Amino acid sequence: MQNHDDDPSDGLSRRHALECMIWAGTGVLWTMAGGVPTSRIIGEAQAAETQGFSFLQVSDSHVGFNKPANPDALATLKEAVSKIKGLAHKPSFMIHTGDITHLSKDKEFDDAAQVLSTTGLEGYYVPGEHDVIDEGRGKSYLARYGTKHTRGAGWTSFDQNGVHFIGLVNVLNLKAGGLGNLGDEQLAWLAADLKGRSKSTPIVVFAHVPLWTIYPKWGWGTDDGAKALAMLKPFGSVTVLNGHIHQIVQKVEGNMTFHTARSTAFPQPKPGKAKSPGPMKVPAEDLRKFLGLTTVNYVQSSKPLAVVDQTLAAI
Amino acid sequence: MSRSQSSRHGRTERLASISKGRFVPLALASSLAVFCLVLPPHAATAWAADGKVAAVNIDNFTFTPPVLTIAVGTTVTWTNRDDIPHTVVENDRNFRSAAIDTDEQFSHKFNTPGEINYFCSLHPHMTGKIVVKP
Repeated sequence: MQNHDDDPSDGLSRRHALECMIWAGTGVLWTMAGGVPTSRIIGEAQAAETQGFSFLQVSDSHVGFNKPANPDALATLKEAVSKIKGLAHKPSFMIHTGDITHLSKDKEFDDAAQVLSTTGLEGYYVPGEHDVIDEGRGKSYLARYGTKHTRGAGWTSFDQNGVHFIGLVNVLNLKAGGLGNLGDEQLAWLAADLKGRSKSTPIVVFAHVPLWTIYPKWGWGTDDGAKALAMLKPFGSVTVLNGHIHQIVQKVEGNMTFHTARSTAFPQPKPGKAKSPGPMKVPAEDLRKFLGLTTVNYVQSSKPLAVVDQTLAAI
Repeated sequence: MSRSQSSRHGRTERLASISKGRFVPLALASSLAVFCLVLPPHAATAWAADGKVAAVNIDNFTFTPPVLTIAVGTTVTWTNRDDIPHTVVENDRNFRSAAIDTDEQFSHKFNTPGEINYFCSLHPHMTGKIVVKP
């Protein structure tokens, strides 16, 4: 079977496209037409021409973080919001893949909510591990982001424009030596949520910690993530959006596209390239090249789902 | 109970004396213990068995030392040197810290002999062990 990653039909194989994107910090347009994924390097203007609806993925804002890697995470979140307001094609809504706050403090939740509300976009949230370290271990998060549609620690699903969205929580009840955790109750809920849905329904799943294994030594994976992915595999188009690792990692496997987003607060090192996955210090003038937002474009007529990353640096 | 209470009380008095610059004659082992307590935090090192306090450093997402042996009744203090918060949670959740931010500390007194395994609930690949000797 041909490995699409090395298919040079565009004159630029996907592997090289990914490498170029990560180095240059420009946008990558992923499209899936007829079930065959292809990618091209594009500018923001080209992305804006894409018809259909789009939504935003914001991640790892860490409001309250104030260490050398970024002395003011709230300020860079405000810059990200300015970018959102300046997008040529206004997204339909935004999802936040967690670590909204840095220490689960009330003021951090309040500040984040205030800044994100200025986007004028409806938001769907899942918590990161930094959002559930209050005394109630997640109660502060649920007080703000629990709705009549969320269950348990805050998992949820909703439909937009014929696409089924599922928000999962994999940052609670973690075990020593383990990775992220979904838990049996949530997995049972997921099975029930997917039951009876047409396999041609496009699905977008979002959760904080990567649902697939990227680098277990640094906790970049979910212990029971494979169980969730197995339930999703029969569907024709599945997009998995995660955060947590503060850098972009992508892969396509069959009908499933995986993407992790940049943070709006600070970058983290590539797997194994530092002693630990802590905040990575870069020269202050370069910080914004490592921070970013993701726009996902969905075009209904030919069923592609395009994921475009942009940094906070001026293009 | 009274023995440990009086030695704690005595230690506080000796601490106050040393910080005012007066020398108080003591048994050698006890004065060493008190001297270590007044060192600045970054000079603290893990040490075992002799005193009633011990230290674990959290650095680069690692508990150091990963295995610490102490005498029963010792208080262990964890100090976070990372630019990211961590927690200390006993594997079965018998005790847990709040979030420990950079340069913050968490202390726990171990009153029962045995082996206590713990981890960081934010970064569960970080694990450690306290061995409490009778």
